Amino acid sequence: MDTILPASGGFTADPMTPRPFLVTKRRKELSDTFTLELSAADGKPFAFKPGQFNMVYAFGVGEAPISISGDPDQPETLVHTIRAVGKATDALGMLAEGDMVGVRGPYGNPWPVEEAYGDDVVFVAGGVGLAPLRPAIYRVLTERERFGRVVIYYGARTPEDMLFRKELQAWRARFDVSVHVTVDRVTGKWGGKVGVVTQLIKSGGFDRHASTAFVCGPEVMMRYSAEALVERGLAKTDVWLSMERNMKCAVGICGHCQLGGSFVCKDGPVYRYDVIEKPMAVWEL
Amino acid sequence: MGNSNDGVRGVMGRDGLDGLIVLLREAGYETIGPRARDGAVTYEAVESAADLPWGVAEEQAGGRYRLTEDASNAAFAHTVGPQSWKKYLYPPRQTLWTGERTGKGFTIESPAPEPKPYAFIGARACELAAVAIQDKVFGYAPHHGRAVGQQQFADSGYVRRRGAAFFVAVDCRRSADTCFCCSMGGGPAAESGFDLRLSELIGDGRHEFLIEVGSERGRAIFDRLGARPATTADVAAAKAQTQAAAAMQTKGMPQGAAALLADNLEHPQWAKVAERCLNCANCTMVCPTCFCSTVEDVTDLTGDKVERARRWDSCFTMDFSYIHGGGIRQSGQSRYRQWMTHKLSHWEEQFGTSGCTGCGRCVTWCPVGIDIREETAAIAAAPKNKQA
Repeated sequence: MDTILPASGGFTADPMTPRPFLVTKRRKELSDTFTLELSAADGKPFAFKPGQFNMVYAFGVGEAPISISGDPDQPETLVHTIRAVGKATDALGMLAEGDMVGVRGPYGNPWPVEEAYGDDVVFVAGGVGLAPLRPAIYRVLTERERFGRVVIYYGARTPEDMLFRKELQAWRARFDVSVHVTVDRVTGKWGGKVGVVTQLIKSGGFDRHASTAFVCGPEVMMRYSAEALVERGLAKTDVWLSMERNMKCAVGICGHCQLGGSFVCKDGPVYRYDVIEKPMAVWEL
Repeated sequence: MGNSNDGVRGVMGRDGLDGLIVLLREAGYETIGPRARDGAVTYEAVESAADLPWGVAEEQAGGRYRLTEDASNAAFAHTVGPQSWKKYLYPPRQTLWTGERTGKGFTIESPAPEPKPYAFIGARACELAAVAIQDKVFGYAPHHGRAVGQQQFADSGYVRRRGAAFFVAVDCRRSADTCFCCSMGGGPAAESGFDLRLSELIGDGRHEFLIEVGSERGRAIFDRLGARPATTADVAAAKAQTQAAAAMQTKGMPQGAAALLADNLEHPQWAKVAERCLNCANCTMVCPTCFCSTVEDVTDLTGDKVERARRWDSCFTMDFSYIHGGGIRQSGQSRYRQWMTHKLSHWEEQFGTSGCTGCGRCVTWCPVGIDIREETAAIAAAPKNKQA
């Protein structure tokens, strides 16, 4: 049997064969959420666009589709922020620095950051949905002069469930970004807002006629956020969501991620709201 | 696609089939054809024409399949059984790769490809249509679905096996009650996608095979068969047989199913069919175009040696749509709707073709005899949303 050698560039020779990466750093984020920093075993950088995802493989256990949470302008480090919710993600959570994982990707359509040039940019995140948005936030902040106002709305279940808390504070401290945070439920010390993230959208703070919104979180939160944005005056074509479905291949041949006529892995995961609005509303589609 | 072999036809006797199988085996092919086994016609290795199911036909209806005797003693009196060529081109379980732990890391090896190319003997028009559909799904042929212009991937194993395979098509001389290829736009005569095409000519004391060339490599085999030139009468006799088979198809798929189903995703008929559907997944297992798969990770006792395999999966299982927190399609009706709307409607959007060829396997092998034609007709009779 021949050993498959990873091809250069993002993809391995066969789309189902992973490329080896080493864990260079592991950081605990929340009680069930952690971040892995990875570097390719062959030392080559991993180019990706904000919003794309990888299939990340834990040896002998399995793969899971995980969005990339790092900076697209620093492709030498691949960053994944992962919530342990199953066999594969539990196994990834037990890895230590120096351990190896397999990576296939990057897959999927990205957040179309360029389409927001000249506009205000609105990020709406719920829970760990902040992770897939972070590469887009990094990109917008890198190209800050190309955009109007930059607004981040973030909702978490409790203060303890707030992801990237220090980073949110750092962004909030900037004069050119406004960050609004809310929690569903107060636990411990919390002096901030309480309520769902859609209430923050209603408070405005962006140009209703020249804004692009990127929304990521639980499906029901995205639906109501998109509705609130449209109610606020945004065109449906300026609102983008990232969908989540079961995935086994990520290349459109396993069939698991179908959502009506589209494959979330390659037609998504990022969709324009007007394209996905109807399928999203169909029960158990 | 036109080629210099258009219209090259010959006629060979009943013994000619043996010669054909021998020539294909000499050319390095593993010959696969129909055999009567365990009360059904299945697709297995055949070493000579004696292995074929001479004189075996069958009766089919919703939830029913019985072998019967064919008085004409034809080699291809049967229609389609529970299997399709899919099991060879897209095996039910394939090793994607094997791996071994090395210190803190691991190495990955790809499996060896199949040693021999396949020659399929007895592929029907609906089955060639199914292969043409899977060609689009697995990246062997371009498609015009919505994903064009986005990321496209090919299933390298399928592409390799498909490219090497030799197809000997057979025209159908009869239709089962479950057959509806005519209403899906193909058959019962095989018009394209074959290397050689057979029509079994029986009647007036003759039992011969009309053989037609469909490709260069088909021509190479044909030239060594020693068939006599075909006459217009031979061609007309073959055509009369397929026309007779077509006339036997009385129940078709209602036209416009793709738009109809897309407009009726929340029709009350889904709940009605769910009352009968057992969620057994038989329809997806016998379907020659269903392509969904899952992956399995297997380790040895030490945990140091692993295998990652791809296995046929079905949208009727609860696991199929599982994401953390639970499956998307919790109810039987949403799983049946997924299968049928994908097959007849969303497939068009994805790959620019229907996913159904009218082979009728899903009707026959459904334990409770749910008929995809009847389910479509029920919605067509009372559409909840009028088509735009």
